[in-house]
Amino acid sequence: MLVIARRLFFYLVTAAVAISLDFLIPRLIPGNPVDAILAKMQGVTITPAIIHALDLQFGVNTSASLWGQYTHFWNNVLHGNFGVSSANSFEPVSTVIRQALPYTLGLVGLATLISFLLGTAIGAVVAWKRGSWLDNLLPVVTFFQAAPYFFLAFLAIDVFAITLGWFPPSRAANATDFPAFTWTYLSDVLDHAVLPALTIVVASAAGWIVGMRNVMLTTMDEDYVLIAAAKGLRKGRVIWYAARNAILPSVSGFALAIGFIVSGALLTEIVFSYPGLGSLLLQAVSNNDYELMQGLFLIITFTVLAANLIADFVYVFLDPRTRQEA
Amino acid sequence: MTASISTDQVTGSGPVPGSALHGTAQRRQRALRLPRSPKIIAGLAMLASFVLLSIIGPLVAPYSPDRIFANSPVPLAPSAAHWLGTTSLQQDVFSQLLVGGGDMLLVAFIAGVIATALSVVVGVTAGYLGGLADDLLSMLANIFLVMPALPLLVILFGFLGKTGSDDLFLIGFIISITGWAWGARVLRAQTLSLRNRDYVDSARIIGERGSRIIFAEILPNLTPIVASSFLFTVLYAIGTYSAMAFLGLVNPNWSWGGILYYAQVNNAELSGYWWWYIPPGIAIALLGTALVLLNFGIDEFINPRLRAAGLTRRSGGRRGTRTRRSQQFALTPVIRGPEPSAVLAQGATPAVLAPGTPAVLTRRATPATTGEGGQA
Repeated sequence: MLVIARRLFFYLVTAAVAISLDFLIPRLIPGNPVDAILAKMQGVTITPAIIHALDLQFGVNTSASLWGQYTHFWNNVLHGNFGVSSANSFEPVSTVIRQALPYTLGLVGLATLISFLLGTAIGAVVAWKRGSWLDNLLPVVTFFQAAPYFFLAFLAIDVFAITLGWFPPSRAANATDFPAFTWTYLSDVLDHAVLPALTIVVASAAGWIVGMRNVMLTTMDEDYVLIAAAKGLRKGRVIWYAARNAILPSVSGFALAIGFIVSGALLTEIVFSYPGLGSLLLQAVSNNDYELMQGLFLIITFTVLAANLIADFVYVFLDPRTRQEA
Repeated sequence: MTASISTDQVTGSGPVPGSALHGTAQRRQRALRLPRSPKIIAGLAMLASFVLLSIIGPLVAPYSPDRIFANSPVPLAPSAAHWLGTTSLQQDVFSQLLVGGGDMLLVAFIAGVIATALSVVVGVTAGYLGGLADDLLSMLANIFLVMPALPLLVILFGFLGKTGSDDLFLIGFIISITGWAWGARVLRAQTLSLRNRDYVDSARIIGERGSRIIFAEILPNLTPIVASSFLFTVLYAIGTYSAMAFLGLVNPNWSWGGILYYAQVNNAELSGYWWWYIPPGIAIALLGTALVLLNFGIDEFINPRLRAAGLTRRSGGRRGTRTRRSQQFALTPVIRGPEPSAVLAQGATPAVLAPGTPAVLTRRATPATTGEGGQA
């Protein structure tokens, strides 16, 4: 468990760095964000209290020392107080994010899991059948890997939603539906999730395929694989022996990949007008809603760190060597 | 070719001592060998045509990208007058595409150079110094690796506001902040393994200065990894710049991500205006593919076992049998430090050996040479 403790410490440090960056960036970059927000807010009654709150948030017109502001900022973050969102009629940022988070967690989490399992399996098979026609899959996969997620989302909507009409092109459910645990509602949500999830899977599976193939090629040369084959074990079993070992770098590489995938997935959400964190990002950007941006940065970072911690647990579970070390 | 020459290209673990001392003849040989891989040739050719396109694009574009041809909100499908149709403002998509490539390549190049410089400094320092410096620098790199880039870039560009959205150098610089960590990590690992090689030890023993050891002994052997990390960062920067333009965080101009931004704002995908969003998307994807292919080529150069597919393909109709046979034969040469003659004997069946040669066989000079020769 020493490994997990060490990783946990690292993630806590990363979270602290993220919070500090969140605090420092508005103060280091020249310009007055409060003025920018107020300029966007024409037509809304702005009370002195709002201006004061914004000043405090960005360290403008304040007599408090930088350290005092910093501790105050930490205090706020630890109490889940990320300020108010000017793009959402000054509702608390935490409330705005809480409404969107489940959609992103469900969609991106599930799609990432599917893409990991599918990509790893395909990668193992491609490596096993090296030199066969399956190698031709690699250039295709490369193309999908290099294409921006949101471009694939365009294609998916045009082909599957508009031309073929198989799936709805946008939103997470029909506007007329009332959210409830009924079959009609849930099937509607699933129906809306298929295309965005498919886009994320197609775009991100390429990385897992290539990664798994490369490690698998190396693993297949190991003696134990040869011996397993020499013993006359069934082919599926031999592949299984090799794949079990080859999958470890993919699991530990999860940390590097998840950031990319989340970024791409958020942009995909925008194209599908999916009501998750991606749409909030767009909203924050187009309205200069700095507090929403900062809150999103922290929440997305924390979520990614949590996903990494889970991947670490899986790794420790999969690889006995890490357990012996402690 | 002598056995010692090809040792370094064959080991899976990257460059090996001897290569620091190689003569000009061998260097020429290596320079010639690299472009032989079909992946590298294809990647280079594609990349070169994109660079060429971005330079002559603005000159040969049939129209000015912002010229408005008519007063109609409905984009026109491709025609003789507008090869790739028009936007909803009746601007020529083909001209926008030709003009937009330059900005993207420039930003990606700037970001690639800055990020690679950062990653070399951090990675090599961490790997060479070790100890506390290594711990801290590695932690810094890991923090930037784990932190999701998109929301961080959103607050950076968001607070910069309009001042930052036009300055290509600044954009490249900011992208590089989020893109250096991967290269640093890989370079650190490789430096760590080079640091304790015999030739570095002997350089230290004869009293060479630290700077000379780093620049003359270690860095030259990191070249393929530096190159691969540069390409990776350029690829990352292309994706990121497109994403920033797509979000409207930087001035969309006519960069390819920017064209997609306008297409999305005007619901091109919902209205079936494919000529508006497909060309920029394909262009980004092809540019990315070129870089990925080059990177694959370099990966195979560093780790020849990944080359297996290319070798078997040449063997014609009997691919399946060859591959299987290679796996059966692979056990035979597993002898640490084999006799040169034994290796030569194995070399008699080159097609069999090349694909599946095991890791322990680091001195299998001859078979691999045969494999290389066969590739010509």
